[in-house]
Amino acid sequence: MNIGGKEVVGGLNLKLSRGDVMVLLGQNGSGKTSLIMAIMGFPSYEVTKGDILFKGASLLGMSIDKRAQLGIGILFQRPPTVRGVKLRQVLESAASRNKGFDLGKTADALSMTDFLDRDMNFGFSGGEMKRSELLQVIAQDPELVLFDEPESGVDLENVGLMSKIIGNFLGTGGRTGLIITHTGYILDYIKADTGCVLSDGLLHCVKDPKKIIQDIRKYGYGKCLTCKG
Amino acid sequence: MQRLKNSLDGKAHLARDKKSLFGADIDLRQFRKDPERAEYPSGINGLTETQSRAALQAGIDFSEEERLGTFLQMDHNVIHAVSGKEDLEVMSTTHALQKYDWLWDYYWRAVEVDADKYTAYAQLNPYHGYFIRALPGAKAVFPLQACLFLKTGGLAQSVHNIIIAEENSELQVITGCTTDTVRGSGMHIGISEIYIKKNAKVTFTMIHNWQEDIAVRPRTGTIVEENGVFLSNYICLKPVKDIQMYPKAVLAGRNALARYNSILYAHPGSTLDVGSRVNLSAQGSRAEIIARAISHNGTIISRGNLRGEVAPVKAHLECRGLIMGNKGNIYAIPELEGCQEGVDMSHEAAVGKIAKEEIEYLMARGLSADEAQSAIVRGFLDVSIMGLPDALKQEVDKAIASCEQEVM
Repeated sequence: MNIGGKEVVGGLNLKLSRGDVMVLLGQNGSGKTSLIMAIMGFPSYEVTKGDILFKGASLLGMSIDKRAQLGIGILFQRPPTVRGVKLRQVLESAASRNKGFDLGKTADALSMTDFLDRDMNFGFSGGEMKRSELLQVIAQDPELVLFDEPESGVDLENVGLMSKIIGNFLGTGGRTGLIITHTGYILDYIKADTGCVLSDGLLHCVKDPKKIIQDIRKYGYGKCLTCKG
Repeated sequence: MQRLKNSLDGKAHLARDKKSLFGADIDLRQFRKDPERAEYPSGINGLTETQSRAALQAGIDFSEEERLGTFLQMDHNVIHAVSGKEDLEVMSTTHALQKYDWLWDYYWRAVEVDADKYTAYAQLNPYHGYFIRALPGAKAVFPLQACLFLKTGGLAQSVHNIIIAEENSELQVITGCTTDTVRGSGMHIGISEIYIKKNAKVTFTMIHNWQEDIAVRPRTGTIVEENGVFLSNYICLKPVKDIQMYPKAVLAGRNALARYNSILYAHPGSTLDVGSRVNLSAQGSRAEIIARAISHNGTIISRGNLRGEVAPVKAHLECRGLIMGNKGNIYAIPELEGCQEGVDMSHEAAVGKIAKEEIEYLMARGLSADEAQSAIVRGFLDVSIMGLPDALKQEVDKAIASCEQEVM
């Protein structure tokens, strides 16, 4: 996979079955965000070889909105500010196919009620942005959710709140999750089946994510490349 | 009085060929002064459906629901001038000048008669315009509406409007300028002088709904006295040939406030040279100028000038522009003039295209690329920035929604 003609991820195989939750670890710049952006279909992340399959069909050539409508959702690490477009508007559009979505109740649970009529991400703190992202993802009701560092920039109290909500969300309806995290705080609240480390464009060390984080804390990422566990 | 009129005529005569500092120079001789045998309705009920719709898109609702008064002038003819509240006056300026001698003290005080050939033309070819006055203490909870309608192709319409908000009064005025001429060029010259007395407040919303072949030269001046508030909103979303306007407010009394909001959309072939100026001439005065400009293969020059003459004063100027299409052009010219230590003035301007990452972000929520672009454009034109009173906001929203259906 290339960005601007430069290969960032190569020869990678990743399979998630329905209901799987996988944690993706890796150093800064290792290609974690690029991988999920490619799955979501952002045109700057070009898949040059291989395929991305979702529910048995290829996603290649499919626009971002079509992938979203097919059931893929993403929580952005650093979402852009969109002046003039209100959070409520986007939630209503995102939830157009999700009849069971209770906007008021979900916004309240995430302490986002006061932000509904504000411009998207304009003047939001790091934590507010992440809660807004999670609210939008819940509104979409996706089958596969891609989380890009959901806890970064969030204070400790809210990490707990968000992680619990993410855990509940993934636990209902057999959703599949791919979660990028550096700290692993979120693992105290959600049940992740496997973890792996992305390095040199390949996945290494596929095993219990809590164990991987312990090892990284102890030995650094260098050991991941040689680990056969 | 006659001496004053002669003096004004004399100044206007000398300025009749004086080019404006800004905008294309228009040869006014190409337009007819006389609509000749045109026929006009006898009242607002006589307008055609097309005419009523054109007016509605300029914020004028002839059902007069939630309106405290209506003025309608077609070409040079005053069709309707009625106030629905005894402490609000609505009549033609011609009538008002006959009725009130004192009004001559206001005539050409906020706008100079010899500013350029257009002001001169309006003096030498006076065809009414509206006079709206809120008596001391009057509170208008609903807007008054004034419609200046250009009906006859090839005509130059020139009007002179005067608004006076006496002490402690509150007034909301919608001025809708429009036309239904299908063919033939046209020219609209509108002089508007607005006087806001001590503790008075005026919300002045001008909506332009012209056509591709109409040239427009409004000339507006406002004087705000102590604790007075002037909220000016200008909206132009429909095609027009060429508009140039640079209204000016003088904050003459302590703690006076002026806020200008403009929402501009330039279609292919349209040129909008629109700005706002505020002289902060009294201590504690404040001003804000906000412009949102979209060029859809048209040309926009967005000007702004804040002049802090005394201290302390506070003022801010902001222009945001969006360019859609490869032939569009936006030229933002923000100017600050600080004349004393202690003035607090700032500006920001940003011009660009709709960011790809914003569209893609909304697409990730399931919106199509077109829906995402439309949401961003609509958000850009959001009138909530104007802080309008509820009744007025609903009317402006209606006018914008009606225009948007055609524009997008």
